[in-house]
Amino acid sequence: MQIQLLVFLPLLAAIVAGLGNRFIGNFAAKLVTTGALFASCALAWPIFIAFLAGAAEPGVYPVLSWIHSGDLNVDWSLRVDALTAVMLVVVTTVSALVHLYSWGYMAEDPSQPRFFAYLSLFTFAMLMLVTADNLVQMFFGWEGVGLASYLLIGFWYHKPSANAAAMKAFVVNRVGDFGFSLGIFAAFLVFGTVSIPEILAAAPSFGGSTIGFLGLRIDTLTLICILLFIGAMGKSAQLGLHTWLPDAMEGPTPVSALIHAATMVTAGVFMVCRLSPLFEQSQTALTVVTFVGAATAIFAATVGTVQNDIKRVIAYSTCSQLGYMFFAAGVGAYGAAMFHLFTHAFFKALLFLGAGSVIHAMHHEQDMRFYGGLRKHIPLTFTAMTLGTLAITGVGIIQVAGLPSFGFAGFFSKDAIIESAFASGTTAGGIAFVIAIVAALLTSFYSWRLVFLTFFGTPRWIQSEHIQHALHDHGHHHDDPAAEDAGHDTRPHETPAHAVKEGTGGYHPHESPWSMLVPLGVLSLGAVFAGIVFHEAFIGVEGGEHFWRGSIAFDEHLAHAIHEVPLWVKLAPGVVMIAGFLIAWFAYIRDTSIPGRFTAQWGVLYRFFYNKWYFDEAYNVLFVRPSVALGRIFWKKGDEATIDRFGPNGAAALVKGGNVLTGRLQSGYLYTYALVMLLGLAAAATWAMAR
Amino acid sequence: MTGILSLMLAVPLVAALACLFVSASGARWIALAGTLIDFALGIVLWANYDIGGAQWQFVEYAPVFSRFAWALGIDGIALMLIMLSVFLMPICIVASWTSIEKRVPEYMAAFLLMETLMIGVFMAQDIFLFYIFFEAGLIPMFLIIGIWGGANRIYASYKFFLYTLVGSLLMLVAMLWMVNFAGTTSIPKLLATDFPAQAQTWLWLAFFASFAVKMPMWPVHTWLPDAHVQAPTAGSVILAGVLLKLGGYGFVRFSLPMFPEASNEFFWLVMGLSMVAIVYTSLVALVQNDMKKLIAYSSVAHMAFVTIGIFAFNRQGLEGALIVMLSHGLVSGALFLCVGVIYDRLHTREIDRYGGLANNMPAYAVLFLLFTMASVGLPGTGGFVGEFLSLIGSYRASSLVGAVATTGIILGAAYMLYLYWRVAYGTSRNPDAAAMPDLNARELVSLGAIAAVVLWMGIYPESFLAPMRNDVGLLMARVERAAPSGDAHLAKSSNVPAASAAHETAAEGAHH
Repeated sequence: MQIQLLVFLPLLAAIVAGLGNRFIGNFAAKLVTTGALFASCALAWPIFIAFLAGAAEPGVYPVLSWIHSGDLNVDWSLRVDALTAVMLVVVTTVSALVHLYSWGYMAEDPSQPRFFAYLSLFTFAMLMLVTADNLVQMFFGWEGVGLASYLLIGFWYHKPSANAAAMKAFVVNRVGDFGFSLGIFAAFLVFGTVSIPEILAAAPSFGGSTIGFLGLRIDTLTLICILLFIGAMGKSAQLGLHTWLPDAMEGPTPVSALIHAATMVTAGVFMVCRLSPLFEQSQTALTVVTFVGAATAIFAATVGTVQNDIKRVIAYSTCSQLGYMFFAAGVGAYGAAMFHLFTHAFFKALLFLGAGSVIHAMHHEQDMRFYGGLRKHIPLTFTAMTLGTLAITGVGIIQVAGLPSFGFAGFFSKDAIIESAFASGTTAGGIAFVIAIVAALLTSFYSWRLVFLTFFGTPRWIQSEHIQHALHDHGHHHDDPAAEDAGHDTRPHETPAHAVKEGTGGYHPHESPWSMLVPLGVLSLGAVFAGIVFHEAFIGVEGGEHFWRGSIAFDEHLAHAIHEVPLWVKLAPGVVMIAGFLIAWFAYIRDTSIPGRFTAQWGVLYRFFYNKWYFDEAYNVLFVRPSVALGRIFWKKGDEATIDRFGPNGAAALVKGGNVLTGRLQSGYLYTYALVMLLGLAAAATWAMAR
Repeated sequence: MTGILSLMLAVPLVAALACLFVSASGARWIALAGTLIDFALGIVLWANYDIGGAQWQFVEYAPVFSRFAWALGIDGIALMLIMLSVFLMPICIVASWTSIEKRVPEYMAAFLLMETLMIGVFMAQDIFLFYIFFEAGLIPMFLIIGIWGGANRIYASYKFFLYTLVGSLLMLVAMLWMVNFAGTTSIPKLLATDFPAQAQTWLWLAFFASFAVKMPMWPVHTWLPDAHVQAPTAGSVILAGVLLKLGGYGFVRFSLPMFPEASNEFFWLVMGLSMVAIVYTSLVALVQNDMKKLIAYSSVAHMAFVTIGIFAFNRQGLEGALIVMLSHGLVSGALFLCVGVIYDRLHTREIDRYGGLANNMPAYAVLFLLFTMASVGLPGTGGFVGEFLSLIGSYRASSLVGAVATTGIILGAAYMLYLYWRVAYGTSRNPDAAAMPDLNARELVSLGAIAAVVLWMGIYPESFLAPMRNDVGLLMARVERAAPSGDAHLAKSSNVPAASAAHETAAEGAHH
């Protein structure tokens, strides 16, 4: 009953808030959804703790029968095991905190019930995804979170950019779903079932077999794994299908934290881990996963270093960290992948919500070039963001001479991934290791760059249009409802001279309200302690085996081997982390002319990174424009100029010998039709009587 | 319960006649009452249908003259399609309540007559009775488009007529030959007749000519966009909701079980046309500026999911095709109603005239979104269950067909979301569009009822699959018995081993 409540409370709340808000009002709608999420969260933690303590048994709780067609049997049911338990706490905790945070962040928005209903709906779909016992229910959750993501990215639907981003997210994800669907079809064809446990149990007996696909013969399990992985690539924004994620930042910041950082985008990693016994059967598929993950990690990190929008930097950082999780899974370190998913959820949600707090304070300015010196004005946000940065860059001390190690969350999870890649001993693992080290350098650089640009240096606020608006146009109602920010309306009209000199323009950023600061505080705890508290359970040699109990293909030997890697491997992530910090410090605090000189000298490289490797432009030329052009050609040249011309119009011309006469045919067609039908029936009657 | 089928045919017919002798408002109420009574009778029919019982239930037989007989009877497949028709009919009457102003009694009579003829198609057990219902059912539709349609209505109904005419003539000839060969006009008996393989080929083609036009399949689909654009809202609802299903029903009732060998022979013809339809019409839908045209093209793409499912020769494909027929009937009907709602207010179908409707019409935006998502095939809606089953079935038959058809889920998302964006999101481009009031009670009830069924079908499709399961089983048994080469043929041409073949391969792998 506990699990049913946990999953369906958010759905119930979403329905009440979404459809009933006209009757119950804004406040009640917010209270119902937030209350439901905190209740779900309170139900989720005991489940997780029970699995940690080894006191819980995995189970499947049936809900309702769904699709039954011949040998295809799909039911609604809720599966709970250690893997699900991890996702349950991640999803409900971050979601509950984001609900709370939104009370403050969305306080001025006119459609708050809609926003909260979408958030709760998202949470429900995500919970259905992680509790799925069969591939089809997983697909239901998969598409459900896609719908919620679409609705939330396009939440401010009057903005064309938000609509475009929402549609792009849905359609690009559908490309991934195309692979996922074919993967389900192929799995059903081979295994005769879509039940995940049955597929995993049967998988080893299909090793080495081949199957026909589009006229080729391919290794059966490789085909299934890669098709399913295409789905994972779409949802988790991996290289090639990543283009929607940065644009998804058009959504309100709490959405970015919940959906586009902590939960939905990790669904692909979850899927690979859930199906890890299947992936273990195909070395080819694992190599593909490793390379795609590593490529994404480095690609997104390069782009992240040159973006100016604070949310876009964090978005590319997310993309890059997801790449880490994937190549961890690719080298067989599923425990490390899930561990990084877990810690990342806390510190990345923290970074996003922190960024939201900065944006809130800066009157919806998102460009870091117009920040600077904010640490004195919003000290709590600054502290939280710093803790998040320490966590993502992986600050910590490795175990020396028997002393226990200490570190922030990312230190344990990211280093475990990097060491696993090295310890796996495969070529792909080795390449991933090198890439991961370089990406870690970039991660450290762009993360500290963000902190330095935002919180250090001198204020550059006055150049911001948003700040100018706040200073001069107060009382004026913006088109953007979220921009109608209370608390900034008693501002002098004329900017004092000293303020101009300081670059503040006389603007005073305010720390966010408690509803936004409490989630930051809680997530800060996660960013600091999630690593040290849980690393034994997730990736420990004995702890891991004990905790996962077969819910993922936990590799004890690999877990052991990561402790045996050479010292330089252990030190490397720390060294590049410090290097990244120092470069950022030099360039953005010590001598701020460095970035300008660098971009002048390396203009080509800079533009390549700044324009995101020109993926959007390429896709536009390759897919979007040809589709529209083909559509027009098919319509005008195909339907109208060919089919109609030689079909109905041609027939009329042929029969009556000219357009003048077609009119007569057209007006008489009904009688003709009835006549033909009657003649036919007369023929039938004649036949019947003649016999 | 004997006689309920005749009663269901009689109620709308009597109401249609009654309509002709009363005022406009009287006709509206008579039509509503008639269709509601028929809907109630439909529920009684469903409640009394014995799942797992005899194949043909509620059978009626009365000789007319010679071999012609008033023979009615339904199986589960017919039951579901009858339910679809009687459910949509009252909604159509409600949708025409104020939007039709001229010649209301005749309009209502035409609709009621069409209801009789449509459900007659699904009930007929005599092949000539079927033919009469099947062909005569189009006459009220010609009238509805030709009299109450838009500016270019004559051209549209002429095109509709020309396409249908060729197909129905060929079908009639084929029917005469079949009856002559089998010595019976009874459909159940014809279903048990094995026609010689050579004869099957041209019989199949003759039926195909008629059903492919009705579906409609590419390239004989061009009548549909014009017919939809010109038809009044309720006409479009019935056209998309029920009339397009006649072709699919024909394939399931005649082509596949009566000519299994020929169906096998033309596997790649059907699959090829369907694959082209999915990609081609989806791309065409992407560039439409007229809402009704866009949805009409999307219908062609969706009906291709029906044809690939039916001719996949397996249970998932067939059941999927049937569910697609039901869910598309509801969803496209609802989408045309959604177009009608705003057309009634602004009198244009041009997408660019709208925009930002989520502001002033929130309830409309929610329901329109739900139907958009159902059309896209989002899990949890009926659209998903049908598409998923029919795609899994087609993949089983050929991975190529499965893969090409599955691109429909990408393209479908693109054109539907693009439509939704331009209509409901963004800022309003016109003050008159921004001033449109939200749904009134009539519209809310109509759309809400369809929404409820769409969700029901998505969450618990068992209600709809269960009555059809036995009939699909019988059909499969017949197809498998008559066409044992079917599977081997499919496996050979597609290189995809069936599940059993894959098992063997795996077993071999294990031996090494």
